[in-house]
Amino acid sequence: MSDTTRTMTLHVAVLAGLLALQFVLPAYHHGNLARVMVLASYAMGYNILFGYTGLLSLGHALFFAAGMYGMGLAVQHLGAGPLPALGAGLAAGVAVSAALGALALRTAGVAFMIVTLMFAQAGYLTVLYFGTWTRGDEGFVIAQAQRVLWGLDLSDPANRYFAALALFAACLLSVLWLVHSRFGRVLVAIRENEERTRMLGYDVFAHKLAAVILSGAMSALAGACYGLLFGYVGATFASVQYSIFPLLWVLLGGAGTVLGPLIGTLFMFYLIDLSSQVTTAYMLIAGVVLVALTLFAPQGLAGEVRARLWRWLP
Amino acid sequence: MEFAPYLFLATLEGAVTAAVLALTAVGLSLVFGVMRVVNVAHGEFFMLGAVLAWWVAHMLGGHPGLGFAAALLIAPLMVGLIAVAADMTVLKRIEYDPERTIVATIGILYIIQQVTLMTYGPDARPVEPPFNTRLAIPWFRFGEDGVELYWPWGLATTSYKLAVIGAAGVVLLCVWLLMARSRIGLLMRATQLDREMALAFAIPVERIYAIVFGLGAGLAALAAVLIVPISQAHYLMGGDPLLLSFIVVIIGGLGSLPGTVVAAILIGLSDGIISVFFSPTLAKILATLLVALVLVFRPQGLFGVRRA
Repeated sequence: MSDTTRTMTLHVAVLAGLLALQFVLPAYHHGNLARVMVLASYAMGYNILFGYTGLLSLGHALFFAAGMYGMGLAVQHLGAGPLPALGAGLAAGVAVSAALGALALRTAGVAFMIVTLMFAQAGYLTVLYFGTWTRGDEGFVIAQAQRVLWGLDLSDPANRYFAALALFAACLLSVLWLVHSRFGRVLVAIRENEERTRMLGYDVFAHKLAAVILSGAMSALAGACYGLLFGYVGATFASVQYSIFPLLWVLLGGAGTVLGPLIGTLFMFYLIDLSSQVTTAYMLIAGVVLVALTLFAPQGLAGEVRARLWRWLP
Repeated sequence: MEFAPYLFLATLEGAVTAAVLALTAVGLSLVFGVMRVVNVAHGEFFMLGAVLAWWVAHMLGGHPGLGFAAALLIAPLMVGLIAVAADMTVLKRIEYDPERTIVATIGILYIIQQVTLMTYGPDARPVEPPFNTRLAIPWFRFGEDGVELYWPWGLATTSYKLAVIGAAGVVLLCVWLLMARSRIGLLMRATQLDREMALAFAIPVERIYAIVFGLGAGLAALAAVLIVPISQAHYLMGGDPLLLSFIVVIIGGLGSLPGTVVAAILIGLSDGIISVFFSPTLAKILATLLVALVLVFRPQGLFGVRRA
């Protein structure tokens, strides 16, 4: 089998497996998996920037929240239907990521991390400041009647699962296409050696900016879908924690791998889910996993698989 | 109250914030300057200092002065040791790689915060100040026969707040003496200037790193012990000092100690004054945006000199 066939077989098999799980999973895990797929889409968006372009952002909650609030505010205050609302969320994400990218990409390394962190913090505080419209920490619920898309009620578990799977599949296939495209290869080249890429005549800044916008757009779409599918929009999703989570998921699953974000999100979600039955201090697990990962497995799970078993894994 | 005494009161409150902030930020700046790493867990060392201060004062009981004095010695020392342990078990093993250090210290942040939540609990607890006399401040006005003094209602501070400002000044002076006059300070500066060359001259760079990391954390803890009689010890209290220290260190120029102190006074005073007259959330939004823009357009800080 050629590498391309293997890759396609593996990823189609994963999608088919997720589709099949819809019919066998008990209700609780069924709902969880829908959530995990949306969050994994967010992580895949993060992975475009972190895993493939080598830019570590600590402010992706800004994009996630831009999508979520773009969608939520359009529904709440403009009475938009689900589809225009998702469009509004996506547009908000693109606008915010373009603005942030244009500014933050003037810096590099640690300064880039701090600048993204600061902008995300400012975004979070802005959500709190305009509490009249955003309802601040309390958030607001999107009514069931406003969550009907093409006659499908998205609050129904089965429909919600299919919608989450559709989003996940779309993101997975776009990332898969991206890493095989010329554009994606330039991003990897920038990650590996920025100066050399510039010397070869590529416009590094333009490519990085495009990566930020692409990553921001995918994160925003995931945010908008999260709000729409689970019917809640709140300031927690703009907080620092939601910037750290995708980093954690991607690091755990394997940065720069297509399936890594799904593996990492699934693993971490259930780790926190199980531990929160024991203690309220579930973020302790996140902290320990972060430290352990930086110490022992900087490549993550899928990264280790690629290094040891399947060298063709994209 | 009239405007002028009110502004004076806000300035005084700002000066207390500035004093504590200067200590915390100098700790962060020291770590960044010498080790070239950003310690995201710095705010949690601050929190740990406050919580340990409560614990020490609570265990000792007796006169509040005794408990406080003990806390002033024990809490920074313990926090410093915890930081040294974190440095030797985690940071040393990832070889102080700047980006991986940030990820690892985020992990340490959550570990410290959540362990505190599990042991100390979610309550905010006070530590009694050793002395707390209320001092009314006179103000002047132009009466019928020239300038006369009077005591406006509400214009007052406490002796403890003035002591905090004084203590912070003394500690900062000690840090300066340590850096500029002592042998260990010389070794730190040598490591900061050129790590490779310092190694070649047989300076134990890794030990210096551990000491600097412990010292930075100890300074944050000391600042927290000073402030805990005014505010309270709570497991989430590390967020604001971290953010403000970041702001101060960046505005003051990364790794420059005098710049850090100047910026701390500037930010502390303006934070105090702005929060009195405007919404604190708006003040924070403006401050974070300012930091981001300074980093983008003037990475050497407002007072720093561009490095070659």
